[in-house]
Amino acid sequence: MSPRQLTFHIFRYDPDRPEVKPHTQTFKIEEEMGMTLFVALNKIRDEIDPTLKFDFVCRASICGSCGMLINGKASLACKTLTKTLPSDITLFPLPAFKLLGDLSVDTGTWFRDMSMRTESWIHTDVEFDETAQEEKMDDDLALEIYEAERCIECGCCVGVCVTANIRQNFIGATGINRVSRFMLDPRDKRDEQEYFEVVGNDDGIFGCVGLMACEDTCPVGVPLRGQLAYVRRKMTVAGWHRK
Amino acid sequence: MYQSFSSDVLVVGAGLAGERAAVSAAQAGQNVIILSLIPPRRSHSSAAQGGMQASLGNSAMGKGDSPDVHMYDTVKGSDWGCEQDVARMFVNTAPIAVREMSAWGVPWSRVRNEKRMYEGTEIVEDPEKVGLITARNFGGTAKWRTCYTSDGAGHTLLYAMDSVVIKLGITVHDRMEAIELIHDGTRCYGVVARSLRDGSIYVYTAKTTVIATGGFGRLYAASTNAVINDGAGIAMAFNSGVVPLGNMEAIQFHPTGMVPSWILITEGARGEGGHLLDKDGYRFMPDYEPKYMELASRDVVSRRIMQHIRAGHGVDSPYGPHVWLDIRHLGEHRINTYLREISTIARTFAGIDPVKEPIPVRPTQHYTMGGIRTNKDGKVYGLDNLFALGEAACWDLHGFNRLGGNSLAETVVAGRIVGEKIAEFTKHATLEVNSALIEEHVRNVEGRIDQIRSRGKNGENWVEIRKEMQMTLELNVGIFRTAEHLQEAVDKLGNLYERSLNVGLMGDGGQGADPELVNALRLPGMVRMAITIAKGALERKESRGSHFREDYPQRDDQNWLKRTLAYWPEGAKEPDLKYEPVTITEIPPGDRGYGESNVKK
Ligand SMILES: Cc1cc2nc3c(=O)[nH]c(=O)nc-3n(C[C@H](O)[C@H](O)[C@H](O)COP(=O)(O)OP(=O)(O)OC[C@H]3O[C@@H](n4cnc5c(N)ncnc54)[C@H](O)[C@@H]3O)c2cc1C
Ligand code: SF4
Ligand code: SF4
Ligand code: FES
Repeated sequence: MSPRQLTFHIFRYDPDRPEVKPHTQTFKIEEEMGMTLFVALNKIRDEIDPTLKFDFVCRASICGSCGMLINGKASLACKTLTKTLPSDITLFPLPAFKLLGDLSVDTGTWFRDMSMRTESWIHTDVEFDETAQEEKMDDDLALEIYEAERCIECGCCVGVCVTANIRQNFIGATGINRVSRFMLDPRDKRDEQEYFEVVGNDDGIFGCVGLMACEDTCPVGVPLRGQLAYVRRKMTVAGWHRK
Repeated sequence: MYQSFSSDVLVVGAGLAGERAAVSAAQAGQNVIILSLIPPRRSHSSAAQGGMQASLGNSAMGKGDSPDVHMYDTVKGSDWGCEQDVARMFVNTAPIAVREMSAWGVPWSRVRNEKRMYEGTEIVEDPEKVGLITARNFGGTAKWRTCYTSDGAGHTLLYAMDSVVIKLGITVHDRMEAIELIHDGTRCYGVVARSLRDGSIYVYTAKTTVIATGGFGRLYAASTNAVINDGAGIAMAFNSGVVPLGNMEAIQFHPTGMVPSWILITEGARGEGGHLLDKDGYRFMPDYEPKYMELASRDVVSRRIMQHIRAGHGVDSPYGPHVWLDIRHLGEHRINTYLREISTIARTFAGIDPVKEPIPVRPTQHYTMGGIRTNKDGKVYGLDNLFALGEAACWDLHGFNRLGGNSLAETVVAGRIVGEKIAEFTKHATLEVNSALIEEHVRNVEGRIDQIRSRGKNGENWVEIRKEMQMTLELNVGIFRTAEHLQEAVDKLGNLYERSLNVGLMGDGGQGADPELVNALRLPGMVRMAITIAKGALERKESRGSHFREDYPQRDDQNWLKRTLAYWPEGAKEPDLKYEPVTITEIPPGDRGYGESNVKK
């Protein structure tokens, strides 16, 4: 069987050269065995157009660099095998993030801002004691925290979220999941009301309209539906407790 | 035209090592800026799956562990190539570092109140220890010592570390590439950098500059490393002409890179009880290494696999022969809980469900023991006010073979130790930098960029040169080395180096953040490092750890118990190799106790 000819339609735009309007450019390459979009895009850049911008770091679905719209669906390019796609492949950058050029978007700045606003660190007065044994924790709880912490900040759930696309400051499913990660963690001493300050608003859990596009999208399978429900429940109660 | 920033401490690299050092300086009240090619959490540290070593001794199989046992494993693993004073500080600090990371939020896997079968024996945990940080088995260790978070250890460590960086308000400039050290031949004043967002030039000056830019696996054609691990930060120090790189020939090949994407399958898979099988489904490691089997040190297991493949027992594939990694007998629950990320990787990238089928694997370039040579405080040889740590450095904890789990541990332990030294040093340091010196270095960088642009399509093609360089190392400077192949590599790379100095651009002129210009600019530095690897390997006429010479199969302590120091003087075509003694404080050179004894009698 002769290999398939793949036709890529790739979004092109360089914000530093606004005179060239956004457009899609077509590239044709031959499919190879086990080809991923990481392999395909590098082939296009190495052999056809060296100016094409995109981001890969780990190429193993671990680092979250390569989220994009693949035939309209948000996912990680590095873990997408071309054999799972038709021979016409359209690639667009993730919406909701600042475009840096072609397929490259600034997820880094967005996520740093989200981490800052949700105060994503362990809040505690306990000083670390070099000589003391660590605090005990049940392994099942550790696994539960890890479950939420598995988010790789790829931004796919933000790209597909209606709220995130209209409300610039909405922290997205990833942000709400992040808060749940700290709520679960007994090392973080924040109380209900302190969390409410962070997520009990329309840029947080109450901005979410619950259509769950995010859960279906997450490429690493963070159980977003459950995490959103958990935070919503907690924050609704926290809301009642407020004077 | 350029923008400038000044700080007490400038850290180049936002992986675990760089961030941990930055935290120490910030805690001491210093003003810190971190530069990174990418957002910090995407650094390669996040890809580490298996875990980090620390002799907590909480798990039943780690009982009786201590820094002394960890010390012995590390020195033996290094084939006596490491600095023993460094190793001693390291093993003593590792338990503190792992607990500190716990306090900062790492959800370490804990000792469970559950019996478990392992290789036919039942493990019963001490009820007193339930809930403390547990450990798994890793290669070359006498005790179970590798602390882990399922198989996302690096990810959870980096996220916790970065949360502290954010909490402390440390400034991070991502998509910013450090290109040249600002120095006058004796002291470093900072770096000239280039924004990967728009291509503009930045100047960062600091009392103290720190390099923590990670490893350089991508000099090889097949590597488990992230695509950004091309050693640009190390090349920057090397290019100064006065900073030496240590033991560049010491390259680690991991036994289980997955065919054909070369994505890593963690050692944790063998630690959990996975077996290596040949084309007949036969478990061959016990024949070669009756005592440690799949969990002898990495260099040994990789050699044994290649030896078995050479004897005709490999599985043929379009990507060359391989063997199988079989974890089916661990059972679905254990695989999907503690080896979940790698199961997903096997399913996605090889279309294989490891619950039902074995995974195709072959030894693959994985780690670089060598790097920027520093003293035990992390201070770089050759330039004052400059420190280095993490995989980019040759602090020399690993000698000629790093133990799995000792590298993540190195990043956070060195981060603490060197970080404190940096903070202490910076307290007394001043920053008076001559603006003519800055101008000179900026002009240098701009000149290099202009030359590449003006050569354009008439210049050499960087894609070709890079590929040839990668193949040359892959084929000639791999697991089994000979004078003939190494000489061939040195010659070929020398030729590629000449060509790399005339690199041009195939596209439309390298404006703004053109990715092609980024690669073209890095190329000569990469080829220099590649030559240095090959030359160091050619000169080292013995076998030690991962450096195996078929023509000199034994370790030769008489002549080679020493570290290679490579310098690249300005305008040179090859590195200048010098040597220094290895520091031995506790454990005199001896036999490693593996099936293959390599000590020259
Ligand atoms: C797949 C894989 C799995 C691994 N698993 C384990 C394991 O289980 N246990 C273990 O102990 N070790 C493991 N290792 C090794 C370990 O992960 C690394 O050695 C370690 O994380 C390196 O950390 P680092 O901070 O030194 O560098 P990195 O995490 O690589 O960070 C380098 C940083 O430098 C920045 N940078 C680079 N160049 C420049 C420049 N020119 N300008 C500005 N910034 C720059 C990058 O942006 C990045 O932020 C693994 C390695 C791989 C490849
Ligand atoms: S459920 Fe909420 S967070 Fe998820 S996509 Fe819908 S609005 Fe966005
Ligand atoms: S929750 Fe999932 S989709 Fe959203 S950023 Fe994290 S990993 Fe990506
Ligand atoms: S490149 Fe890291 S997730 Fe795709």
